[in-house]
Amino acid sequence: MEPASLTWVLVSAALVLFMTPGLAFFYGGMDRSRNVLNMLMMNFYCVLIIPVVWMVLGYSLSQGGSGNWIGNFDWFFLKDIGVLEDNGGQLAVIAFLGMFAAITPALISGAVADRMKFSAWAIFVPVWSLLVYVPVFKWVYGGWLGDRGSLDFAGGTAIHVNAGIAALAAVLVLGKRKGWPQEGHPPHSMPLVMIGTGILWFGWFGFNAGSSLAASGQAAQAFMNTFLAAAAAGLVWVMTEWLRDGKPTNLGAASGIVAGLVAITPAAGYVSGGAPLAIGGIAGLVCCYAVKLKTKAGYDDALDVVGVHLVGGLVGSLLIGFFANPEFFDGSFEEGIFYGGGAGLLGEQALANLAAMVWSFIITFGIMLVLKKTIGVRVSPQDEADGLDYAQHAESAYH
Amino acid sequence: MKLITAIIKPFKLDEVKEALKAAGVTGMTVSEVRGFGRQGGHSETYRGAEYKIDFVPKVRFEIVVDDNVVDSVIASIKAAASTGKIGDGKIWVTSVDRIVRIRTGEEGSDAV
Repeated sequence: MEPASLTWVLVSAALVLFMTPGLAFFYGGMDRSRNVLNMLMMNFYCVLIIPVVWMVLGYSLSQGGSGNWIGNFDWFFLKDIGVLEDNGGQLAVIAFLGMFAAITPALISGAVADRMKFSAWAIFVPVWSLLVYVPVFKWVYGGWLGDRGSLDFAGGTAIHVNAGIAALAAVLVLGKRKGWPQEGHPPHSMPLVMIGTGILWFGWFGFNAGSSLAASGQAAQAFMNTFLAAAAAGLVWVMTEWLRDGKPTNLGAASGIVAGLVAITPAAGYVSGGAPLAIGGIAGLVCCYAVKLKTKAGYDDALDVVGVHLVGGLVGSLLIGFFANPEFFDGSFEEGIFYGGGAGLLGEQALANLAAMVWSFIITFGIMLVLKKTIGVRVSPQDEADGLDYAQHAESAYH
Repeated sequence: MKLITAIIKPFKLDEVKEALKAAGVTGMTVSEVRGFGRQGGHSETYRGAEYKIDFVPKVRFEIVVDDNVVDSVIASIKAAASTGKIGDGKIWVTSVDRIVRIRTGEEGSDAV
C-alpha cells in the first residue's frame, strides 16, 4: 500500500474507533438516568472484547482463503502477517476492519437497553460476532453475495442491516421493558445525544471514505456523500416532525443524521452528484415513520435500532440499484436503473439483504434462546426497577 | 414568627431573590423541586411519541420572618414571580414555634 493510502486507512481506523463512544453517548442520552452507565458499558465492552476476537480468529474467518461462505484459519492470531511487504498495508486494513467488527454488535445495545443482564451481553457479543458478523461479512466481502454483483461499499448490509435485524431477534427473546409502552421513557439527557451524534458523524467519515482503502478520488466522493446524505436526512426528518408534530426537535435532527449516515454507507463509493441528497432525504423520511412501527407491532426496540439501522440500511442498499454510477468512478460494477442499467443490480441488492437478514435473524434468535435457557438474559424485576447502573455495575451516573 | 414557603417558576429565581432583599429579608433557602398544580405538567415529544411530564421543575423559597412583615414579603414575592400565566406557583404561610441561631444560641425574633 502506498504511503498516502496507508496514512488515510490508519487515520480512518482511529476515526471509526471513536464512533463507538459516540454511539454510547447517542444511546446513553436517550436512556433513563439510572441505566446510562450500563449503556455506556455495553458499548465500551465491544471495544474491549472484539479487538481480541478479531485478532485471534475473526479476521482469519472473515477474510482468509477464497471460500464462498466462510474464511479459514490461515491467519489465526494474525500468523504470517508481516509489515515488511506491502508497507504494512494488510495490517492497517486488519485494524480498520477490526473497528467495524467492534461497533457492529454495539449497535444492538440500543434495542436491548434497560433490561439485559450484563453477563448475557458479555457472552452474546463475541459469540454473535463469530457466528453472525463474520460469515455475513465474508459473504459480502469476498464471498457469494459480493461475487454475484451486489454492492456494499462500507457495510450497509454487512453491518447496519445485519445488526438491525439482529436487534429485532434479540428483543423478541428478551421481551419488553417493564411498563412499555404505557409508561413513557423520554431521553434523560438530550445534550449527551447531540454530542454522541456529532462524534458519530465525525467518525463516519473514516467509516465511509476510509472504505475505499486508498487515498483516492473515490474516497473524496465517499466523504462528500457522507457529508451530504446526513445533512439531507437530518433536514427531512426535522421538517417532517415540524409539519406533523408541530415542533422541530433535537432528537429528530440527531436521528435523521444517523439515518442518513446509515443509508449512505452501502452507497458511498458508488453514487455521485445529487444522489446522496436523494438517498439521505428518502432515508430521513422513511425512518421518521419507521420508528413508529414498534408500538404498532408490539416489539420493544428501546432506542430504535430497527427503525434507524435496519430500515435505513435497507433504504440505502436498495437505492444503489437506482443510483449506482460506474462511469463516474470508472468502476467495474453494474449501473443502477437511473444510469441505464436494468433491474439486475436492484435484484442483487434485495437478495443480498434478504440472505443477510435470514441468517442474522435465525442465528441471533438461537443465541439469545440458548442464553435465556442457561444463564438467563434478563435482570430481575427488582433490578430493572432500581436501575441497571447500580444493580449491574455498582455505580451511579449522577450524584 | 412565620415560615413563608413560595413555589415559583425557576427563571424567576433571581427576580424574587432581589425583591426579597429589597424588602429587607436577610436570609432565605431555595431548593430545586418538581411538581404540578392545576397546570397539570406538560407534554414533550420524542421521535413522534408524546410523553406526559407531570412533574415540572420549580424553585421553592423558604423564608422565616417576623409576623409584622408577612404581608409585605408576600406582596414582594407575588409581584416579582408573577407572569400572569398558568404555572406561576403558590405562596403559603405557616406558624413557627421556635427558632434558634446555631452559632449564638439566640432564639425567637433575635434569631430571624
